[in-house]
This record gives sequence, C-alpha cells and structure tokens, in this order.
Amino acid sequence: MYVTLRDRPDDAGTSRARIAVRRVSGTVVLLGTVSLLTDVSSEMVASILPLYLTAVVGLSPVAYGFLDGMYQGVSALVRIAGGYVGDRGQRPKWVAVTGYATSALSRLAMLPAAGFAAITAVVTADRLGKGLRTAPRDALIAAASQPDVLGRAFGVHRALDTLGAAIGPLVAFALLAAVPGSYDSIFVVSFAFAVAGVAVLVLLVPDLPTAAGAARATLREVFSEVAGRDLRRPLLAAALLGLLTIGDGFLYLLLQERDDFTARYFPLLYVGTNVAYLALAVPMGLLADRVGRARVLVAGHLALLGGYLLAALPSSGVGGTLAVLLLLGTFYAATDGVLAALVSRLVTARARGSGIAAAQTTVALARFAASVLFGLLWSIQGPRPALLLFAALLAVAVPIAAWLLRGIDRPTPATLSGARPSGVPA
Amino acid sequence: MSGRMGGLGPRARLTALAVVLLVAFVSAGGYVWRARQDVTAARTTATGAPTRDDLAVVRDVPHLVFRNTALGADYGRVAMVPLSAPSGPRAVTDAACERVYATRDEAICLSADRGLLTTYRARLLGADWSARRDLPLVGTPSRARLSPDGSLVATTTFVFGDSYANPGQFSTRTVISRTAGEVVGDVERFALVVDGAVVTAVDKNLWGVTFADDDRFYATAASGGKTWLVEGSLAARRMTALREDAECPSLSPDRTRIAFKKHGDLPPGRWRLAVYDLATGTETLLAETRSVDDQVEWLDDTRIVYALPRGGAGTATSDIWSSPADGRGAPELLVSDAWSPAVVR
Repeated sequence: MYVTLRDRPDDAGTSRARIAVRRVSGTVVLLGTVSLLTDVSSEMVASILPLYLTAVVGLSPVAYGFLDGMYQGVSALVRIAGGYVGDRGQRPKWVAVTGYATSALSRLAMLPAAGFAAITAVVTADRLGKGLRTAPRDALIAAASQPDVLGRAFGVHRALDTLGAAIGPLVAFALLAAVPGSYDSIFVVSFAFAVAGVAVLVLLVPDLPTAAGAARATLREVFSEVAGRDLRRPLLAAALLGLLTIGDGFLYLLLQERDDFTARYFPLLYVGTNVAYLALAVPMGLLADRVGRARVLVAGHLALLGGYLLAALPSSGVGGTLAVLLLLGTFYAATDGVLAALVSRLVTARARGSGIAAAQTTVALARFAASVLFGLLWSIQGPRPALLLFAALLAVAVPIAAWLLRGIDRPTPATLSGARPSGVPA
Repeated sequence: MSGRMGGLGPRARLTALAVVLLVAFVSAGGYVWRARQDVTAARTTATGAPTRDDLAVVRDVPHLVFRNTALGADYGRVAMVPLSAPSGPRAVTDAACERVYATRDEAICLSADRGLLTTYRARLLGADWSARRDLPLVGTPSRARLSPDGSLVATTTFVFGDSYANPGQFSTRTVISRTAGEVVGDVERFALVVDGAVVTAVDKNLWGVTFADDDRFYATAASGGKTWLVEGSLAARRMTALREDAECPSLSPDRTRIAFKKHGDLPPGRWRLAVYDLATGTETLLAETRSVDDQVEWLDDTRIVYALPRGGAGTATSDIWSSPADGRGAPELLVSDAWSPAVVR
C-alpha cells in the first residue's frame, strides 16, 4: 500500500459528526463530497503505485525514490500561486476546478505512460493540481461558513476528505482482485471518480465571490495583507511549531525498529493515524469553535510532543504503538483544518485564499526544514537522542507559540468584513 | 445564485450531473468488465507461450529460470528453459513470484499477497518448487539473489517511512540471511567506507547484492545523490567503495568482472549497462543502448542477460535479452514474455 497521510480507512461517523454536518453549510458538504470523490481517485492510484512501479514497470530504488520525492514535494510551492490567483480573479471556484481537472486528466495519462519520464510527468501534474486547488477551496469553505462555525466546517470537510482517502485503496484492491494484473482498470475507474468530483464541483458548488463588489485585489494589496500585522504572529507561531514537527515517517521508522510486528505491518501505521484523524476531525473543529482555534492548534502540538516522548521509549509493545498513532491523529485533527479556520478569519475576504495558502506553505516549508534538520541529527546522534532533543525544543516552543497567538481568537474588523452568510447550493 | 452557475437552473444542473456520473461510471464499469472478459478469455484460450511437461529434465540440464509473463493461465509463474534451447517451449512450475532467483537446489521467490493491506513475502523454495522457509521481509520487493553455493540469500525491499517524511528521499532495506535460517543482518548497518572515510549519513541506502563466496559480496551503496559499487565482508560487517556510479552489480561466473548499470550523464531514470574489470579497473560499455533497469545476470563468462519491459500495448509484458559482455556485437532476444532471469549452470 502506498503510504501518505491520506491513507485513511473507513470509520463510522459518530452521531456528533452527523449533527455537525447538519449545521454546516451545504456548500461545505458539497466541497467535502468533491474532496471525497477526488481522494478516492487519487488514493486508488497511490495505493497501487509502488506495486505497479516496481513489479510491473520494474523501477529500481533510485528511480523510485526520485519519483516518490516528486510525488510529495511538488505541491507546496504552487499553493501560493493558487491562493493568489483565486483571490485576484475573485472566482476561487474556477481556480479549484482547474486544479481538480488537472489531477483528473493526469489519471488518464497513466494509461499509456509506461516509461519513467512519462510517469514522472503524470505524477507531477497530479501534485500541481493539488497545490493549485487547495487554497482556493479552503477560501470557498471560509466564504460559505459563518465565522463562529468555521472550525466545524473545516472539520467536516477534512473528515469527508479522509473518508474518501480510506475508500480509495479498498476500491483499488477490490478491482485488482476482480481483474488480476489489470492496472489499466484502476486508472480508468480512478479517472471516473475524478470526473465525478469535478462534475459535482462545476455543477453544484456555487461560485462564491470571496469579496463581492470590491475592486480586484492587486498583488501589492494582497502582499501587504499577508505580510501585515494580523497575520505576522500566527505565521511566526506556525513556522516555529512547524520547525519542530518532524513528520510521522520518522516516528514510524522508530516504531518499526522496536519490534518485528510493527515492521511487518508498517503500512498499517499510517492507517492507524488516519483512523484517529477521521474520528477526531469534527470533534476538534467543534472544540476549536468553542474554546478558540489558537488554543486547539497549540494543544494539538502537545499531542505531538506526547507522541515524540512515547516513540522515544525503548519499547512499549503494541499498546504503546497504538497510543503514538492516536496522538498523531489527534495532532493532525487539531491542526490541519483548524489552521485554515484560524487564518481565514484574520485576513479580509479579498486576500483569504492567499492568506490560507501563506499559512499552509509556511507550515509545509518549516516541516520540510524540520525533516532535514532531524535527519542530520539522526545521523549524528542516533534516533532517540535526536527525538528527545526535538521534544525538549517543542516543549519550549509550545508556550512561546501560545504567547504569540494570545488574543487572536477575538473578533477583529477583518473577521467581520470577511463574514458571509452560508452559501446554499440551489 | 443561479446567475453564478452559468445560467443553468437547478434542475438542469442536477440532470447534467446525473448524465456525467452515468457516463463516467458506466464507461469505467464497461472497461473493467471488458478487461475481465479479456483476462478470462486469455486464461482459457490464450496459448501463452508453448510449454513442455518434462520439468525434471529441464532441471537436470543447464537452464534459465524466470518469471513467465506470457498471458494465459501460467502468467506470473516461475518457468524454465534449457540454455541449449532458450526460445523453445518452457517448463512451468507451480510457484508464482514477482521476482525469482535460483541455484541448482534452491530458489528465492518474492511474491505479493494482494488484499486490503498488500503484504509481501520472501520464500525459499526447494528443488520441487514447494515453500521451504519464509524469510523476514518488510516493504515492496525489488531485488533478490542467492550465493553461488546456495548458502546465502539477499533481498532488497523499499521501505516507505523516510520517503514520506523527507521529500526526495527513499529507503531500501537489504537483508542477508543464511538459507539455513540465520539472519546475518541488514547491510545498511554495516560500516560503509568511501575514500577511507566512514559514511554515516542518514540517507545511506544499499541494494542489489551479488555474492562472491560465503563471505564476500558486492552491492550498490548510495548517499547524497551518488552511488558506488561496494565490496563487503559479512564477517567484518564492513563495505568499501570500489568505484562511483554503479548500480545493481552482478559478478561474472569466473569472478573477474562485474556487470552493472551506470547512470552517467543520462536523463533521470535512465541507465546504461557496463562491465567493470576487477583486476584492471577498466570499464566497458555494452552494445545495449536501451535503458536497462534490472540487476543483470551472466549467461556464461561471455554474455549477460537482463529483462526489458516491452513498450506499447500491455505494460505488464517484458522480454529477456542477452548481450556480449565485451561491448561488441548487438543485443539479442533470448526469451520473450519473461522477467527476472536466473541462470543455473
């Protein structure tokens, strides 16, 4: 099974989640449906990609590593562009459509793409599409939601998204079981799901202008807002925390070195984290709306800290491993959608996509730096001392981040101007 | 809100959606159905490649073991042809493997248990192709080799952990075991010496073992975007780099030369086959100019064999080719519809 954060298995929605769904805007549920269909599509391919590339195409380690890096790394940088273009044209929906459609077409291109260069191009196109669509889509979620239920709205969206990611591998492996060796079938069905996602987006999601009637935001205006006072402290806090977020892959590597059981079922570690994420995305969103998004965001990093400490123990059996996965899932549920909810209230509607993109890219780049730093430290000091050092630094950074984010949840003029009634799809 | 929806009313939009969904899923379903029919038809009617029933006879003469990729009932099974008639009928075994390597008395088989969670296994097979022992295996299988006397086995797999955390990075795990059962270890934990200095970088990776005897082996080491041909000792748990830019080595039967694939200044993901003389340190580029991504095998001391995916229709087909080891001549098709060659002399 290909391993990404989005390998999330099925989990029954809790009744609380269903209640929450009812209270969020229809547009948010539709956007969640688009993400669900698209994630079924992308995870279908992602889950069989290692098998396809190594067993059928026959790629060697270096080629595979290069491709894998491409798969993970491309989207961070186009994200800002997507956010800005969405803001500039005031039609974020169509930027999102472009992104979703690019990814959809890349599925179809997998059919004839047998060579290494062709597969690289296809994978890159898919990631470009993902980078392009994320910020405008989050801006749409914000535009369609009342400010006081933003956390819940993002929680519902991320839960639907995660559910799709859980279904994808199931569909892929059911297909492989029905038609052995027919990778073509997987790419074709994946394309059908992607087309369905784009169709729901194009036909049902209203094209909410993020700043109706206002003049088009110029690059300078957007820049001054993104770099402005309201966003400065949250971006700084996000960067600080991101620099100490090493990525779950390293934790999984430590876990799998502790015992053979974990090593054999390595892909299940991602699944475990995703089960926790899926179960907690909505509750964490609700909590964020009630007690403050900044608080939940900061507290999420305490869960990460707990995960570090538990993973650094010499051995704690299967129970210890499960606890680490639960803590990681809690961390993602308390930070991923919550950050978008937090930021979308701090910028005016005209710069919303850019603001969300800036925060997400800041986190992505900081985490990339963290992984590089941690990798270096791992090689010099060994995994456990490196992890304990990061845990100690994170313990210091969390109160600093809490101080940087103090009072940020209070309504500001920017928030009020960004508020918009729920968009109801006709 | 309809004004923002391109002028279509709600009913028209829902109808359009229904049509799109219907067309998309009915077409996809039809494609899958047809693929399934094709597979069934291929299973029942495709003759695949001509086969022969005298497995024991082939086993007793010098032969080539490979994964049969001819469409039909025997797809994915291990098959054999005598070296004297490589393009003739093949003897098919019951073992199904993604990658196989064999000596006279033993075979190592890497296979996938597809399911909700696909797991992979490495199995030692006996002379009758039945499973003798499971070996520890983590990740997606990539390479497998046995030592000439069949006492050691090496497997390389991809492990995904680092790749997610660290964009652009990947991790391999190369484990050497004794076929009697004892695990010698993950060679990534052996000391790696390049130009006299021990490499401790976290992105260190090793793959593609080829054995010289029951202690000495050659493999590929990689770190910081470079690859090296390394010579290692199991007893000393140490590997020393012999030269740069060499992957997936394969030692000649007379143990004087190593065939490998080199990247050189080719575009990413492309390799050229070459042979390195251990005594003189000279390198000879082979006549094969297509990109080969496989651990080559020696047919005898003068020729090498390797698998190449076949372009065009049917991405799951591949052929085994051979080329002279001295750089002269031209590649020749040895066995069509075959993958993962192992020569048993």
